[in-house]
Amino acid sequence: MATATVANHDSASHDHHDHEHHDNFVTKYIFTQDHKMIGKQFLITGMFWALIGGFLSILFRLQLGFPEMDLSFLRPLLGGWIDEAGKLDPTFYLALVTMHGTIMVFFVLTAGLSGTFSNYLIPLQIGARDMASGFMNMLSYWFFFVSGVIMFISLFIKTGPAGGGWVVYPPLSALEQAIPGSGLGMTLWLVAMTFFIASSLLGGINYITTVINLRTKGMSFSRLPLTIWAFFLTAVIGLLSFPVLFAAALLLVFDRSFGTSFYLSDIYIGGEALPNTGGSPVLYQHLFWFFGHPEVYIVLLPALGITSEVIATNSRKPIFGYKAMIISMLGITILSFIVWAHHMFVSGMNPFLGSIFMFLTLIIAVPSAVKVFNYLTTLWRGNLIFTPAMLFSIGLVSFFISGGLTGIFLGNSAIDIQLHDTYFVVAHFHLVMGSASFFGLMAGVYHWFPKMFGRMMDAKLGYIHFWLTFTGVYLVFFPMHYIGIAGFPRRYYSWTNFEFANMYTDLNMFVSVAAIITFTAQFIFIFNFFYSMYRGRKATLNPWRSNTLEWTTPLHPGHGNWPGEIPTVYRWPYDYSKPGAEEDFIPQTVPLSATPESNLPHEQELVKLELEIMKEDEEVLVANESKH
Amino acid sequence: MYGFLIGVGVLLLLSIIWMVYRIQTLVTVVKGSDKKIASGSNKVNAMLFIVFLVGLGALMFWYSIKEFDNYQLPIASEHGIVTDQLFWITMAVTGVVFLITHVLLFVFPYKYQYSETRKASFYPDNNKLEIIWTIVPGIVLAGLVISGWMAWSDITAPAPEKAHVVEIMGYQFAWEVRYPGTDNVLGDYDYRLITASNSHGIDFTDKNSIDDFPSPVVVIPKGEPVLFKIRARDVLHSVFAPHMRLKMDAVPGMPTRFWFVPTKTTAEMRIELNNPDFNYEIACTEICGKGHFGMRKVIEVVEPEAYQKWIAEQQSFIKLNPALAEGLPADTKELAEIQLKEN
Repeated sequence: MATATVANHDSASHDHHDHEHHDNFVTKYIFTQDHKMIGKQFLITGMFWALIGGFLSILFRLQLGFPEMDLSFLRPLLGGWIDEAGKLDPTFYLALVTMHGTIMVFFVLTAGLSGTFSNYLIPLQIGARDMASGFMNMLSYWFFFVSGVIMFISLFIKTGPAGGGWVVYPPLSALEQAIPGSGLGMTLWLVAMTFFIASSLLGGINYITTVINLRTKGMSFSRLPLTIWAFFLTAVIGLLSFPVLFAAALLLVFDRSFGTSFYLSDIYIGGEALPNTGGSPVLYQHLFWFFGHPEVYIVLLPALGITSEVIATNSRKPIFGYKAMIISMLGITILSFIVWAHHMFVSGMNPFLGSIFMFLTLIIAVPSAVKVFNYLTTLWRGNLIFTPAMLFSIGLVSFFISGGLTGIFLGNSAIDIQLHDTYFVVAHFHLVMGSASFFGLMAGVYHWFPKMFGRMMDAKLGYIHFWLTFTGVYLVFFPMHYIGIAGFPRRYYSWTNFEFANMYTDLNMFVSVAAIITFTAQFIFIFNFFYSMYRGRKATLNPWRSNTLEWTTPLHPGHGNWPGEIPTVYRWPYDYSKPGAEEDFIPQTVPLSATPESNLPHEQELVKLELEIMKEDEEVLVANESKH
Repeated sequence: MYGFLIGVGVLLLLSIIWMVYRIQTLVTVVKGSDKKIASGSNKVNAMLFIVFLVGLGALMFWYSIKEFDNYQLPIASEHGIVTDQLFWITMAVTGVVFLITHVLLFVFPYKYQYSETRKASFYPDNNKLEIIWTIVPGIVLAGLVISGWMAWSDITAPAPEKAHVVEIMGYQFAWEVRYPGTDNVLGDYDYRLITASNSHGIDFTDKNSIDDFPSPVVVIPKGEPVLFKIRARDVLHSVFAPHMRLKMDAVPGMPTRFWFVPTKTTAEMRIELNNPDFNYEIACTEICGKGHFGMRKVIEVVEPEAYQKWIAEQQSFIKLNPALAEGLPADTKELAEIQLKEN
């Protein structure tokens, strides 16, 4: 069966090659079905959104760090949202916070990260011509694009974009009377998210199908690179959780537009008592977080997968505990679905539920800890090459530790009473989810840029970019722990109304300055990215001397990836610095029988089997030839 | 003019950076270091990890110690002592892990930086190690969870019967407070009864509501259990009393509660902090709209005797606005009239 699939694909690829010359601009760059181009589309769109999302955060950091500042100079951009005195409108402040969260979580770290690298790497690393369905893959991008267009438009409407926080809890998000952003802005938010969910599901189904069905000969699950494991499990999580978000959003649409009472009850607002009774805002929270917590891992797992690959390659060492890594990712996948209510300890839900979810939540810390220890052991006694990708990967591990440890505070319901919805939470998730995933994205771009564009990014600029960003991120988010322990609540336009929070203006100013510098530093990357795309040094075929399959393709792989047959895989992807081997890496395509000097005893036993299989293949090939 | 000069300056700066960048690229090409597996930058990056570790580590310790009294809010409730203790135990445990892992994470890059003469150890797995670092964190976390769970169970247990009841209702954008009066039972309410003069929507046909009274501040006695009955009128809010280590969402349509025992009066805290203007405060911690950042309410903790005295001095809703008693059924009306006649 496997051979048959491979053979079919071969013939298909020949067709592709014939077609390639007929590719016009539209089918090559816009409505493309080539997974590589779709990956790049996701990446560029993700970068665009990252700049918008980052810029929004600078706007509200200006308000928080410099509350007295005259913001009149922003009027050409923000218009009426800056009042006559040059102050930012408090409603728009909430809209900025909301849009920053929505954009970063969904458009940058879900689509930009998972969309880019799942698309780009899955077929290349498992040895497939393309995704299982190129057409669905194309739809996936264009649904995302439409979603982005709608969300972008919502930024400019008169009543402002959605302003109820990225979690859009009803009744605030359901009632236009409560906040202007809950009018048209919220409608557009819901429409955009519907398209986004459709995009994620189309992508996810494709990733799962491709990984299960289109692996090349010899690429068993126990030989998959950890990146693929991570993308695969991410897609599974997405497939199971995004529909729940859709359900939550749909009920919200019903409440907003059709007079139902799923989430609304006993509300007196704007001088009138609404007729809704019997609904529960807590129901929405359960549904939202049933999606929302797995979403954290949708964002994080791909980054961890990329890191595993980059750290192993640049340590010139096998990733430590390959199986343990897979088991912990599986553990995280399953546990991620049963910890959601730790976001709701003080939501008014039954405290008994709180106890249960505290136990479950702290269990999930164990596989995360295992991953960290495995990364550390991989570095131990390695031969470390600090490519920019490697630096970002080490940075990721650092954020994962720092942000993960504060999760132990927040997962403890007794401690969470005080810390819930304070800046401690902001610090926690920006480190563990935001920055860690962002660093995973960066590591991925630096590492696979030569494959994507056939040229190298400038390493020195990469170093500068890394050190500015790494230091910058810590200087932005570490101080927030202090502010949070002091009890400063989130989503506050200003803290001067309260005596307990009427301090730390200096620290907030410091954070804002650090944020501006960190944001500015990203332009080094933008420059490096686009400049290197056209003018960078020509890359070699395998610049990082890596083992995985994508580096066996030509410098500019066409649609179909390998010009001839798809290579067969004979070993796992982490044979770095194997004792006895001449080079410090042995690509997956090198048969065990070709490396008797470095085979481990159990591998030597496999050699005989391998030779038999190769002989059979040879016979099949000869038989096929004679048929022609 | 000013803008023009800034523009020229920026342009100049960018062109200098551009020049430096081009020159350094050319230099690397000439030196041939771009052909090497690891250039001189490798050493620099390895060093920088150590600099980073020492620099930011020192900054963290210095600031954490210097600012301790600022970020550590004084505790004013019994359970707050317990949760803060848990917080600092967790801080100690995670702090040790944080330090060890970060020292390793940043020292390894320095120690094992690339060298042409060395080969990395081929060390793919060790099941014993995996089991150890699965079980040890498991045990530590179990300890933390169990102590947290015990505290949580105590805090969320039903309030003692003698607890003083205070109702706190959130709306855009303030809190309103209602006391149950001498019977310590709050009267019924219904959001459909809300009017300009009855902002709580109190149902005055319920006898228990006759002696209910409002208050501009939350006054509670020290050393006695207090039960906050929390509700919201329009959107979600959340009652947060940082010094009490108390937080509970206010949910429209679903009353919530939180009980606690205050341990220090406002006056005592003023002396302790040497701040005659100190007040306990309530803030809102669930995004609720434009005025989210301004929902302040003051809590005044007093001695129990002063509390009883204060209660006795308060005037009920009915007393403050006799019109509310109009149109009540006969028996409740009678009670209302007694209220009105008192004092």
